[in-house]
Amino acid sequence: MTTPNPQLDAQGRLKHFLTIDGLSRELLIEILDQAEGFLGVAQQAVKKVPLCRGKVVANLFFETSTRTRTTFELAAKRLSADVLNLNISTSSTAKGETLLDTLRNLEAMHVDMFVVRHAESGTAHFMAAHAAPHVSIVNAGDGRHAHPTQAMLDMLTIRRHKPDFDQLSVAIVGDILHSRVARSQMLALRTLGVPDVRIIAPRTLLPTRVEEAFGVRAYHDLSEGVRDADVVIMLRIQRERMNSALLPSEHEYFQLFGLTEERLSTARPDAIVMHPGPINRGVEMDSQVADGRRSVILEQVTNGIAVRMAVMSMCLGNQHLGSQSQEEATHA
Amino acid sequence: MLNAPRLSIRHGRLIDPASGHDAVADIHLAEGRVLAIGAAPSGFQPDRTLDARGQVVCPGFVDLCARVREPGLEQKATIASEGRAAAASGVTTLCCPPDTRPVIDNPAVARLIHQISKRHGLTRVLPIGAMTVGLEGQSITEMAALKLAGCPALGQADRPIRDTQVQRRALEYAATFGLTLFLLPLDPELSAGGCAHEGVVSTRLGLPGIPEAAETVAVARDLALAEQTGARIHFRGLSTARGVEMLAEARARGVRASGDVALHQLFLSEHDLERFDANCHLVPPLRTPADRDALRAALAEGVLTAVCSDHQPHDPDAKLGPFPETAPGLSGLETVLPLALRLVEEGVFDLMGMIERLTVGPAAILERDLGRLAPGAAADLCVFDPEALWTPSPATWISQGHNTPFMGHELRGRVSWTLLGGRIVFER
Repeated sequence: MTTPNPQLDAQGRLKHFLTIDGLSRELLIEILDQAEGFLGVAQQAVKKVPLCRGKVVANLFFETSTRTRTTFELAAKRLSADVLNLNISTSSTAKGETLLDTLRNLEAMHVDMFVVRHAESGTAHFMAAHAAPHVSIVNAGDGRHAHPTQAMLDMLTIRRHKPDFDQLSVAIVGDILHSRVARSQMLALRTLGVPDVRIIAPRTLLPTRVEEAFGVRAYHDLSEGVRDADVVIMLRIQRERMNSALLPSEHEYFQLFGLTEERLSTARPDAIVMHPGPINRGVEMDSQVADGRRSVILEQVTNGIAVRMAVMSMCLGNQHLGSQSQEEATHA
Repeated sequence: MLNAPRLSIRHGRLIDPASGHDAVADIHLAEGRVLAIGAAPSGFQPDRTLDARGQVVCPGFVDLCARVREPGLEQKATIASEGRAAAASGVTTLCCPPDTRPVIDNPAVARLIHQISKRHGLTRVLPIGAMTVGLEGQSITEMAALKLAGCPALGQADRPIRDTQVQRRALEYAATFGLTLFLLPLDPELSAGGCAHEGVVSTRLGLPGIPEAAETVAVARDLALAEQTGARIHFRGLSTARGVEMLAEARARGVRASGDVALHQLFLSEHDLERFDANCHLVPPLRTPADRDALRAALAEGVLTAVCSDHQPHDPDAKLGPFPETAPGLSGLETVLPLALRLVEEGVFDLMGMIERLTVGPAAILERDLGRLAPGAAADLCVFDPEALWTPSPATWISQGHNTPFMGHELRGRVSWTLLGGRIVFER
């Protein structure tokens, strides 16, 4: 049973942004190019473009987040959209309102786009399946499934340092099992043509058949895994995974998988180090690396705004085109 | 069933796996029983004659697992609504698992279900009693009383007993009364929080997985306990190649164990989850195509002796949410016949073999004299057109639960008449 990609409209343009899965290399490049254009907006005296004026964007966060929510908010504001911030974890669901009720109520307020974060995998797809036809859904992280704007801001950051994806070795280190960021990164890297994607973790933090699922290679030794890598991406590890059946202790984790200058020595001399934030210093990496010359962690944050502007303006812009071509179709 | 009419069903292809009969023949019914096959007894005057030309006449189907949701979950379905769906599907006997509200852990609930289903008279509902009070896995139920109240077997629905000692005692106590245990082979800890087969698809979608070992660990435990206690166990809903392999090996050694599979497991796989279709959120989960092929082979070889619907009707809200938050299960009664016929078409077994696994196969597991058409047997019959094409749609769906991934997909094979105790309970 193959159904068309729910993220694309009939003309193959971006309507929702739910996952990297199923998107073409061309589309990902288009997002990066658009984002590149938006990077200049922040340098202007007036940090705004009128692309989404009159549109309403609702940030619907069922999980707490500071960085992602803030950058989405800034991105929408720089596009001149009106922004609603809803922190649902403390309001509606506590009163027993369902996800669909929340969606319907906000639709009734003529919201054009929902930026959704939720603890369950598949939430963004569910919202897209039930949203009114003129509404776009952008996935800001659903369970362990996807965090596609994070992956695209990472791709932008990589491209600005290493323009040729076809030549790269990229290593992703940490809790792959629970990470929506890693899943979206692996898909984006492979779609963009990165030939060598490695993931490095103990077996408890690697999902079943991950190599086959994403076209990557798994390593259990950090120095070996980052050898000759151009890019090293560290993942955040939740403290509650420690002292459990998954990991014995922060101490042992850092000893084996924590990034230090010494362990980075096997990577290429010009390798860059990334982290989606927030960093657990002394667990995933030491401060020397986090604040060191190879670290591009703060660039990631800046690029996040541009990438989110690109994705939002593309989805909202296509809404307009979509309704136009629908009108054309009805007149024809 | 003294009010049952005298009926003749003529010119149909009469297939009765119990006797091996497969030929065009008339069948005559009176007083709720089969009177004769072939020529009518002299002087027999039917009240009505059904023309089954071009159709198959066979025993009514026996479904080892179909939830009717009554008592207690009537927002999902009722004995009346699912009785109509069963009748329209040729199912004349169904076993309902004990996870009703209240739980079928005492004779009163079992009798209530009997009474309600008798009153509606659409299908025979056999309640599966709980093994432990409240399905909580701690204290065993009054098993002898449940047996007397008409429970043909006991089980834990989809809440397997965690404590192996309790499981052992429950098996032993049940064995005292010759009661069969219906066991869903699913280790509670290994499956905790999971909503999809742990494999390539769950990894890609980031869905918490249920590993193959959740089934094999449970199969191993329960086979060991069956061997230790001499209890007779039935694995309800096997889903893995390795699980059926272990069952085959145990059966070969003479362990009193049997197994069934839900029909949808023979067609769908983990790949059907790729768009987060909540109708494919099932327990046990849809596994790999290789598992699906092994389940088909086990059915063909007779390791598995029954197929069932694993019917789980839900209200629409239960399936409206992010995939992991939706309730597992699909509405399966109405696709029993077309899916089973597709197995014939795809060469898993012949028509006789298919009917066997829907009639005498499950009846033998229940140790009930059902699912055969000899003179004197209860006149539970299904007459179906194996060629009729139809497409399930919400408008024509009968079960109160519309939760099926087969909605909108063309199917072949449709029931024309269903008879329960000689009375026509469904005709198209």
